[in-house]
Amino acid sequence: MAFTNEQLERYSRHIILKEIGAKGQKKLLNGKVLIIGAGGLGSPVALYLAAAGVGTIGIADADVVDLSNLQRQVIHTTADLGRKKVESAAETMRAINPDVTVNPYYQFINSSNIMELIKDYDFIIDGTDNFAAKFLINDACVMAKKPLSHAGIVRFAGQLTTVIPGVSPCYRCIFKNPPPKDAIPTCKEAGVIGAMAGVIGTLQALEAIKFLTGAGELLSGSLLTFDGLEMAFHKIKLPPRGAGCAVCSDNPTITKLIDYDQPVCELKKKD
Amino acid sequence: MKITIAGESKEVADNLTIQELIVEEKVESPLYVTVAVNEEFIERAAFDSHRLKDGDAVEFLYFMGGGR
Ligand SMILES: [Zn+2]
Repeated sequence: MAFTNEQLERYSRHIILKEIGAKGQKKLLNGKVLIIGAGGLGSPVALYLAAAGVGTIGIADADVVDLSNLQRQVIHTTADLGRKKVESAAETMRAINPDVTVNPYYQFINSSNIMELIKDYDFIIDGTDNFAAKFLINDACVMAKKPLSHAGIVRFAGQLTTVIPGVSPCYRCIFKNPPPKDAIPTCKEAGVIGAMAGVIGTLQALEAIKFLTGAGELLSGSLLTFDGLEMAFHKIKLPPRGAGCAVCSDNPTITKLIDYDQPVCELKKKD
Repeated sequence: MKITIAGESKEVADNLTIQELIVEEKVESPLYVTVAVNEEFIERAAFDSHRLKDGDAVEFLYFMGGGR
């Protein structure tokens, strides 16, 4: 596949990079990334991956745009209030870059649909807002051997890690089980600075681009934390994969996906 | 003795346990924090018995559930 003149111009700042080049840009155009959650984290991921020319982008969410979302979910506008987030996001991505095929999935993930959703994608982005979803995505990606960018944000803080199943530690290697409901404050209860979703989501987009192109070193084997009040990044080196992990060790005790019991308001709430 | 917490050097009492450090550092949601010492996770059951040594590198890893 040769580049059109428009593509050469559109992607010129990528193509000039020695880590990307024409070869890397082709990999991006052939790349398939699934973004789970079309909200705070999912917005910058979707915007930057569409702009970068990632050829196929899936986006899954069963929510509609709510006024309280717009403080941080920058892919949606005031005119989108009440629309399905995946439709609003898909429209913005297509408007940014017609090279991109966007697959919107108007559904929340659960143990029965996630394997089917992730199976055609090269890289998965966790942009969800609850522990049930974060553990489900982690376990499904480990079982299906799908590379994953995990992230979380709250208040002025955020963190992320990249999981390469079978190689680097997974989310469950760090956090064995979801905390009981209401044990850890959510963004809705504790608040979150909108720009934090931008910082951490943009880093997730960068990881997807690096994974697809092979540029640099992935954030696997480390948890990167960011404190926006102190303006400090900190990289925590993680112990090797597996040893005691219930899902990614060589003899896992979790071999079936689990729908953790989260109260309906937690899963359905519009943030 | 001197240990590092999240990469920052700190003077603490000799033979401090992880549980004592958690209290001293006012760790948020202490029941759900993951602790690594010298790049190894410490089982929660050992927080009371695991004594830190001079030069140990301690990390607290916190649940962050937000994103949408
Ligand atoms: Zn694991």
